[in-house]
Amino acid sequence: MIYGILFFEFCKIGLLALGGGLVTVPFLFALCETYPWYTAEELVNMIAVAESSPGPIGVNMATYAGFKAAGIGGAAMATIGLVLPSVIIIVLIAAFWDKIKQTKVFQNLMYGARPAVLALILNAGIKLGELSLNDIKTTGLCIIFLGAIHFIKLHPVIYILVGGILGLVLKL
Amino acid sequence: MLLLWNLFSTFFKIGLFTFGGGYAMIPLLQAELVERKKWITEEEIMDYCSIGQCTPGIIAVNVATFIGYKKKKISGALAATIGIVTPSFLIILALANIIQLYIENAYVSHTFAGIRIVVIALIADVVLKMIKKAVNDLFQGIIFILAIVTLIIFNFSPAVIVAAAVFVGLVAGKIK
Repeated sequence: MIYGILFFEFCKIGLLALGGGLVTVPFLFALCETYPWYTAEELVNMIAVAESSPGPIGVNMATYAGFKAAGIGGAAMATIGLVLPSVIIIVLIAAFWDKIKQTKVFQNLMYGARPAVLALILNAGIKLGELSLNDIKTTGLCIIFLGAIHFIKLHPVIYILVGGILGLVLKL
Repeated sequence: MLLLWNLFSTFFKIGLFTFGGGYAMIPLLQAELVERKKWITEEEIMDYCSIGQCTPGIIAVNVATFIGYKKKKISGALAATIGIVTPSFLIILALANIIQLYIENAYVSHTFAGIRIVVIALIADVVLKMIKKAVNDLFQGIIFILAIVTLIIFNFSPAVIVAAAVFVGLVAGKIK
């Protein structure tokens, strides 16, 4: 029974959360007012964990809430519930993609969308920057990393590992 | 079968190293899918992101599903989706009982402070690389500036911004 409720509730979030990231937070907050799965305080902790561990926050949160409510089976049900609606919708879009993308209408849609998506990416960078670049040391490091990334084209994972080690060594 | 495993493992890696949500995934998509595997182009990343943004669900998952389907229909979509979700699923299960300790641990917080700086630099680099592809003329430049200003000042929802830009593109009809 609890599996069914978890699946259904997270299906709803997967269907309603447009845009991903922290958009899921208000839905998750509403959940903890209805069910005893986790408290509002735990939700805040989870946001911190989700930001400092890999993976999309919505997935992290579904796994955590599902685990709290009904163990590993619950974690699986909540995660599958969250992901399933968008998988179905995206598969439907992708199935007609080759026909869609050749139309003039679509090319004009994307002509407008591309600069806006770039603005979204820049905005995400600015928001993360406001949170994490709070002194000369962190800002300077960020600029050095940007230079390195831009001119020495190593795999991003290498920079992420170096950043983690530097954080530890410099006690950032 | 090999392609399915390839899709799963590639998106597993992307899921494992995506810190800080959806857009932080883009540098990894670029390195893995555009430069190494040559599965998609840079323009396609942006197209998938705008679709991921305008459809319900987690943007990273949407992009994975889309690319997976493009490579190998429904089985590919499932392999890529399971790949991107599995790392966070396993990590959160492992952390579920020690979340408080994890957050308060000084080593963890130093490490992630360092990682966050790199993530910001990676995102900035994506913007630098993509600006040539996304902004080809004055009109697209205006869309870009209007979008970033409305995002920063008015804090509009990303879906609203993309919807408005799509509408402007359609009405302007620059591509004949």
